[in-house]
Amino acid sequence: MEIQPRSRRETRRLIFLIAPSLFWLLVFFLFPLVLVLAISFGQRGTYGGVEWSLSLQNYRRFFDPLYLRIFGRTLLIALTTTVICLVTGYPLAYFIATRPPRWRNGLLLLLMIPFWTNFLIRTYAWLLLLRDQGLINMLWTGGLHNALLWLSNTVPLPVWGRLLEATSTSLSLFGTNGAIIVGLVYGWLPDMVLPCYAAIERLDHSLVEAAQDLYANRVQSFLRVILPLTMSGVVAGSVLVFIPSLGAYVTPDLLGGAKSVMMGNVIYSQFMSARDYPFGAAISFVLMTVMLVGTLIYFRLGTES
Amino acid sequence: MKTIGVRRERRKTSWVGRLLTVHGIAGYLFLYLPIVVLVVFSFNASRYASAWRGFTLDWYVSMLQDQALASAVKNTLIVAGSSTLISTVFGTMVALAMERYRFRGKLAFDALLYLPIIIPDIAMAVMLLLFFILARLRLGLVTIIISHVAFNISFVAVVVRARLAYFDMSLEEAAQDLYADEWQTFWRVTLPLIMPGILGGALMAFTLSIDDFVITFFTSGPGSTTLPLRIYSLVKLGVTPEINALSSLMLLISMALVMLSLLLQKGGGGGIEIV
Amino acid sequence: MSEQAVQLNRVSKKFGSVVAVNDVSLSIADGEFFSLLGPSGCGKTTTLRLIAGFELPTRGEVYIGQDLQGETPPYRRPVNTVFQNYALFPHMTISRNVGFGLEMRKLPRDEIQRRVSEALDMVQLPGMGERKPSQLSGGQQQRVALARALVNQPKVLLLDEPLGALDLKLRKAMQLELKALQHRIGITFVYVTHDQEEALTMSDRIAVMNGGRVLQIGTPEEIYERPANRFVADFIGETNFLEGQVTAGRPGEATVQVEDSLTIPVSADKAVGKRDVVTVAIRPEKISLHAEPPDDRAVAGVIEEVIYTGTDTRYLVRIGEQTIVTVRQQNVGVGEGASFLKGASIYLHWRLQSARLLTA
Repeated sequence: MEIQPRSRRETRRLIFLIAPSLFWLLVFFLFPLVLVLAISFGQRGTYGGVEWSLSLQNYRRFFDPLYLRIFGRTLLIALTTTVICLVTGYPLAYFIATRPPRWRNGLLLLLMIPFWTNFLIRTYAWLLLLRDQGLINMLWTGGLHNALLWLSNTVPLPVWGRLLEATSTSLSLFGTNGAIIVGLVYGWLPDMVLPCYAAIERLDHSLVEAAQDLYANRVQSFLRVILPLTMSGVVAGSVLVFIPSLGAYVTPDLLGGAKSVMMGNVIYSQFMSARDYPFGAAISFVLMTVMLVGTLIYFRLGTES
Repeated sequence: MKTIGVRRERRKTSWVGRLLTVHGIAGYLFLYLPIVVLVVFSFNASRYASAWRGFTLDWYVSMLQDQALASAVKNTLIVAGSSTLISTVFGTMVALAMERYRFRGKLAFDALLYLPIIIPDIAMAVMLLLFFILARLRLGLVTIIISHVAFNISFVAVVVRARLAYFDMSLEEAAQDLYADEWQTFWRVTLPLIMPGILGGALMAFTLSIDDFVITFFTSGPGSTTLPLRIYSLVKLGVTPEINALSSLMLLISMALVMLSLLLQKGGGGGIEIV
Repeated sequence: MSEQAVQLNRVSKKFGSVVAVNDVSLSIADGEFFSLLGPSGCGKTTTLRLIAGFELPTRGEVYIGQDLQGETPPYRRPVNTVFQNYALFPHMTISRNVGFGLEMRKLPRDEIQRRVSEALDMVQLPGMGERKPSQLSGGQQQRVALARALVNQPKVLLLDEPLGALDLKLRKAMQLELKALQHRIGITFVYVTHDQEEALTMSDRIAVMNGGRVLQIGTPEEIYERPANRFVADFIGETNFLEGQVTAGRPGEATVQVEDSLTIPVSADKAVGKRDVVTVAIRPEKISLHAEPPDDRAVAGVIEEVIYTGTDTRYLVRIGEQTIVTVRQQNVGVGEGASFLKGASIYLHWRLQSARLLTA
């Protein structure tokens, strides 16, 4: 229950409780945020500093085809990641929620362990698998190729030639959009499963039974009852996956190589190599705005349905 | 009751149920295969990960002798420890205020409190870096700690508020009715009851702090390399068995942390808190 | 009843724009069992919380004993509360719960121990001290909450619907037990309830509240037999309301025309004028049914419905063209069935003072 402070003493206590966090967030969060906005209208100084001005030049530069393409790819990758996480994560959450209670905690625990593992390490694990000398290619050009060789020698068939040729060179998995998406899905899947699970687990099963009692078949009762009632989990999960995917830096940096970069990498290079702070600030601001607006729209849609 | 049991039985063997089970198993395989590969290769005698050359603990030994790594671990613990301490105290205080008082500007403050959670870490990293440069603060452990507190306050506040939402306010009234003043009420009744939430929040802050790479990277200076920064530079140099060993060790630590958080939640009787 | 235990002096409490308690004045005597009765949202719990100090009045004064409370926090007020949900501290044993108040007041350890075990004996829970609240049944938790409050020997005990969570049988038993306990220890009880039967059973006096206001204060009998207005008459027990115009009035008696062809005799302790529009309240059990008119004041009617409810039979009787009144007759005999059948023409009769004129 929330109440209005009832006496001067309570008002003092309220101020005491809020002041430290308010100070910290104002000075080390809100002020820097405004600062980024201010700098994004400035220009790069001759020696990499910031020259204050009020120009839209940085935002105009954002519409350069080079950056627009990267931005488009970033959006596409983030959306694809979210959709994949949703269509795989929701059934996984449903699977966990429909197990007997004594199984459920164990399954959730298994889900949390990768979730709590360092993100760099989780991405690195995929580097081990996906790179040109990685495990998948090792199996492809080694194990599979040898198996096919053996097969073609014992059972001569015309197909083997093509397959042998394919397995003789390694797959270029590393440095593709696909590699980034795999890394992101791996990184954020638990963020989708947990809120979905929470929503599904809360669902009153008698409502599903009521729907079936009222002649809804399994698909209908899913679409008309289960899904709408667990929408809060779907919305929360999607936002939790979409936001970090949109701002991803580590995954494209480690798995995307030089070919596949996202906005996060562009921002990074503006600060760490090009030293063009105002442009970097402008891109960050665009990214934040897209993310905030997207989140708000999504939440609005989610609560309406 | 009998009929329901029979119906459940039949439902389990339906094709939807079977598909769900297959999907579930595939999901867990997807989550664990990369980790298993990582752990297996950390024991591989070959320096090159392409083939198995026998079991060895050499990589663990050489990792433990790495001086740079040791100092990175020390820095990480300093950063995570202090930022967790500060953000847990501040976050708990603000959670208490937000859960029980209404005041002017609360909505705006609420938004400000949530923003660090939803803003991409690269954007936050950029903001803080620019701020520190303009404020002429020397980049180092202090700036990293300041930055970590800036995002951890919000996470702690969310977790503690979730706990407080289930807190029965009449317990505090009962304490005050029984002659406990505000302080006594807080220490004797409120704090013990929300302790699992606070510890959960602290654990979350600690994990986030240990994990953070992007914000730390932007706000760090010479001599303040943390573990994620060290891992990153190692990975950038190339895949080595030492990284596999280090990763496996960190995996073990995070498993222990998950267990700890579960024990905390069990102790408090609360549900699993999700952020 | 000598001294006052609690006095509210024109107390109002606003939450934002909502007026929860509106200009309430009441005085509770020492040793009295006083109930605040009303529907949910009527302000009774807020009134209790104003006495406890959990809320501070927007306007007006709260006295406990002779002392004006002002902004005195709850922990400095000589009252204790039994909460609706008991509010037992889940992380403490029963003993620690009961001893909490004494501990806060820094009493010596052995005295705390002695008084806690006395209090647990008093509520018939000896030897339960080492258990946790969650190991107790609802009824037992209720007793612990009572012990935890009473162990402090408060000047006034405040009870906020303490029996609300118990099942009917246990509630009835606890009502009598509480009443007996209050009689034994002589502490003033202020008891909040929405259950009129409970209030009638237990209280020395009742304040009926609605919309933040006190509508009537009186003994259970006064409240039931002489309700001050329509709300009280309606809320306490069952009542037939008939609206009409006064056609004749002489001291003590008046005639009210309810329909064109229906006039009824009523008692009038206030002066009423001719053509005044009034409401008449008659309790169903105050009406008797007769095959022949017992005197010239009897009203003719037709039985529309007969409903058997165990202890008594309810008749819905049409009088005049469209006025329906409920009549209740106790089922004294065994297996005799209803005295009158559906469709029978009968006569209603009541004593003059049973039909009361209400103003609002």
